[in-house]
Amino acid sequence: MTASVPIIEMKGISISFPGVKALDNVDFTLYPGEVHTLMGENGAGKSTLIKALTGVYAIDEGEIRVLGETRRLSGTADAQDAGISTVYQEVNLCSNLSIGENVMLGHETRGPFGINWKATHAAASEALQKLGLGHLDPRLPLSTLSLAVQQLVAISRSMVTKSKVLILDEPTSSLDAVEVEQLFRVMRNLRDQGVAILFVSHFLDQVYAISDRLTVLRNGQFVGEYMTAELDRSALISKMIGKDIASLRSLDSERARKDHPHDEAPVYAATGLSRRGSVEETDLQLHAGEVVGFAGLLGSGRTELARLIYGADKPDTGSVAMRGETVDVKNPAIALSKRIAFSSENRRDEGIIRDLSVRENLILGVQAKRGWARPLPRKEVEAIVSKYLVELGVRPADPDRPIRNLSGGNQQKVLLGRWLATKPEVLILDEPTRGIDVGAKADIQEQVAALADEGVAVVFISSELDEVVRLSDRIVVMKDHRKIAEIVNGPDVTAESIVTTIAEEGVTADSTPQGAHS
Amino acid sequence: MNSSKPAGAKGLVAEVVRKQYFWGIIAIVLLLAVNVFKDPSYLAISISPTDGNLVGNLIDILRAAAPVLMIAVGMCLVVATGGIDLSVGSIMVVAGAVSMELLAGSNAPDSLGAAFIAIVVALAISGLLGAVNGVLVSVVGLQPFISTLVVMLAGRGLAKVITGGQNTSAVNEPFRWVANGYAIGIPVVFVLAVLITIAVGMLVRKSALGLMIEAIGMDAKAARLAGLNRRGLLMTAYISSGLLAGVAGIFATASVMTVDVSRTGYQLELDAILAVVIGGTSLAGGKFNITGAAIGAILIATLDKTVVFLGVSSSATPAFKAIVIVALCLLQSERVRALFRQRRIQRPTGTAATKKETVSA
Repeated sequence: MTASVPIIEMKGISISFPGVKALDNVDFTLYPGEVHTLMGENGAGKSTLIKALTGVYAIDEGEIRVLGETRRLSGTADAQDAGISTVYQEVNLCSNLSIGENVMLGHETRGPFGINWKATHAAASEALQKLGLGHLDPRLPLSTLSLAVQQLVAISRSMVTKSKVLILDEPTSSLDAVEVEQLFRVMRNLRDQGVAILFVSHFLDQVYAISDRLTVLRNGQFVGEYMTAELDRSALISKMIGKDIASLRSLDSERARKDHPHDEAPVYAATGLSRRGSVEETDLQLHAGEVVGFAGLLGSGRTELARLIYGADKPDTGSVAMRGETVDVKNPAIALSKRIAFSSENRRDEGIIRDLSVRENLILGVQAKRGWARPLPRKEVEAIVSKYLVELGVRPADPDRPIRNLSGGNQQKVLLGRWLATKPEVLILDEPTRGIDVGAKADIQEQVAALADEGVAVVFISSELDEVVRLSDRIVVMKDHRKIAEIVNGPDVTAESIVTTIAEEGVTADSTPQGAHS
Repeated sequence: MNSSKPAGAKGLVAEVVRKQYFWGIIAIVLLLAVNVFKDPSYLAISISPTDGNLVGNLIDILRAAAPVLMIAVGMCLVVATGGIDLSVGSIMVVAGAVSMELLAGSNAPDSLGAAFIAIVVALAISGLLGAVNGVLVSVVGLQPFISTLVVMLAGRGLAKVITGGQNTSAVNEPFRWVANGYAIGIPVVFVLAVLITIAVGMLVRKSALGLMIEAIGMDAKAARLAGLNRRGLLMTAYISSGLLAGVAGIFATASVMTVDVSRTGYQLELDAILAVVIGGTSLAGGKFNITGAAIGAILIATLDKTVVFLGVSSSATPAFKAIVIVALCLLQSERVRALFRQRRIQRPTGTAATKKETVSA
C-alpha cells in the first residue's frame, strides 16, 4: 500500500482562531486503498483538520497536495472537484426525496425531455448495487430507511460523484453492532476498489477492527503516524492523552492513603443510576473525607455520571440515599438543598454568568439555596466575598468587576468559591483544572485535598490521569458509558495501570464492535 | 469612570446622564417644549377653585401614564427573564370586563364593598391569566412569544364573552374614585401607580428576585446549574405581569366607568414594550431597569397627549409616534452617537462644541 503515490498530502498545516491555535504544524498523508483513522480526544483538532481538507476552513500555513499537485481548497465545491467527499455523523440527505433521487441529485441522466427518470433510477440502482445495497428500491422515499442505511445511501451518493477520498466523521456513533458491521463491509469493499477512507471514531474496538493506519493528534499538534497493527491500545491511549509510558510508570500516588472506616454509612450512595444513551446502570458510594476520581476518556460517561449525581440530567432509573435517607435528586435545586454541588466542565456556558459581577457569581449558589425571599444580608455577602477572594487567591480581587473580564483560572476559582460557600457534603468538580495556568491549577489541587481533610466527599474528574491518581483515594474507571472498575489508590496504581485497565477491558471477553446503544 | 462615587447633586446628575433612560427624559422635555411653543401656558398648573385640586396638562399626562406605567413594570420583569408578554393589553380588558360586570350586577352605586370585590376578583383573574402564560412558558416550554400571543387572542375573546359582546357600563363611586379621585391635590391613580412601581422595585431589588431573574435571563443553563428554580422564577414574572396588567385594566376602565371590549388596552402591549426598551432594558433579557421603564411609560403618555394637543389627525397618529420613537432609539444607539461624535470632532463649530458637553458627559 505504502508503495503507491499518496492521494492526499497535508504538510505543516496550521489554523488559528481568535485566541486558539486549532492546528499547529500538522502533517497528514492518505494513500489510495487504505482506511486511515484520525485519533485524538475532543478538541485535539480532528474536525478542524477535516474541515481544512474539505475546504470549509482556510489554512493559515502549510500546503495540501492532491495526487502530488498543490491545491488551494477554498470551498466544499473545490474539495468535491478534487474528488473528496464527506459523510457526516448527521446524514445530509433530503428525507422527503426518494432513495434514487438522493443518490443521483445533481447527476441525473438527462434526455431530450428533461430528466430521464428511468435511466436515473437504473443508475442509482447500480450505484447501490456496488455497495451491496442492491435490495433497496430506489423509488422508495429515503425516510423509510433506518439511519444506518441512510448513511450507506449517503456513501453511495459520494461514489456517484467518482470520489477518490471518502471522509467518514464518526459514522458509527449512533449505530448498533450489526449496523456497524454492515458499514464496515461497505468500507472494506470501497477500500479494495482503491478508495482512500479517512475514518474518525471514539470507539477503540472499531478503530482496531477497520483501520490500517492511524494518525494521532493532541491539542492541535501532530503526535505521530502509526500502523494500527504495530501500536497496542495502551500505547495509543498514552499518545492521545500525552503521557509516554515511561513517564506514566514513574508517577506514583502521592496522596497518602488514609484509612476510611467503610462500615460507616456513606454520605452518598446510588444504586442502579442510569440514563438512556449516556450512563448504564451504575452503583456508586461516596464517603466523607474521601476524594473519588473519575477516570476515562472523553465521552466514556464520566461527565454524564457526574451530571446524574447532581440532577443536571434527570436519571431514568436508580435510587439515591444520602446518609441513609432516600432522596430524589431530579434537578440541581434539589441537589443543592441536599448539599451536593457540581462544577461543570463547561465553565463558560454552564458555570459563570458572564454579565454578572464576581460578587453576584460568588453568592449565586448560596442565594439559590436560600430562595429569593431570603436575600443574603449585606454583611454575609461581604463576608463570603472577602473570604473566598482571599482564600482562593482570585486576581484581581475586585468583586464589582464583571466576571467575563477575569482569566479562566480566576473564573474557575470564583466558581469553586460559589460551591464552597454552599457548604457542600458532596462536591463534584468536572475538569476544574482544564485550560488554566499552572499556578491556578496547583491552587485548586491544594484546595481539593484540603476540602477532603475537612470531611467533604469530593468527586474529581480530569482528563489528566496523573492528576486523578495524585489526588484520589479511590478511582472509578469509566468506559463506553459503563463503570468498568473501581480501584483503591495505592503505590501500585499509576496512570499507566489505569490506561491498561481501560485498554484491556472487553478485549478478552468480547471483541465485537460496541455501538452506543449496546 | 464607573468606580468613582458621584459626589453630591452634580454627581447624581452625571450618573443619570450616563443611564440610557436619560434620553427618555430629554425626549419628554423636548415634547413639552414643543407644546409650550404652541401654547405658552401649556405647563401652567392651577388650583381648581371648587375642590382645591391641581388641574393642568401635566396632571392629565400623569393620569394617562398610570395604566402604561403598570404594564411597563410587569413587562420589564418578563423581558428581563428573556421573554415577552404580548397579553397585557388583553388582560387589561378582561380585568375591566370582570369589574364592570360585577359592579353592574351588584348595582350599588356607593358600596365600597362592591368596589372591593370587583377589584379583588378582577385581579385574581388577571393573575390567573398570567399564570397560564407562566405555565405555557416554563412547564410546557413554548416560546414566550407564542404563549402570550395565544393568551392575547384568547383574552380579548374572553372579555367579549364576559360582557356578552357589550361595552358594559356601571356606576360605583368608590371604584370611579380610583381613577378620578384626588389625594392632596394629585390624581389618586398616579399616586397608586407610583406606589406600586416603587413597591415592585423594592421587592425585586431588596430581595434576591432581581438578581435571579437577571441570571436566568442572561444564561438559563448556567443559572439552572447554579441551583436556581427557573420554573418558579418564570411563573413569578408572568404572574406579576398579569397582576399589574389587571391593575392597569382597572385604572383604564374606572376613569370612564365603561369597558370597551374592542378598544380597552388595545395594542397597549406595544406601548409597554417600547417603554421597557426606552428605559434601557434589552429585549435579549438580563439586566433590567424599572426606573427606566417608568420613564419610558411617562414618555409614551406625554407623546399621546402631545399628538392630541398638536391636533395631528388621528390617521397620522401612529406614524407620528413611530417617528418620535425611531428618533429616540437612534439617539440611544451607541453606533449612531459614535458617528455624531466623529463628525463633531471634524468640524468643531461653536454650537457643536456646546452640545458636545451633554453627549460626552
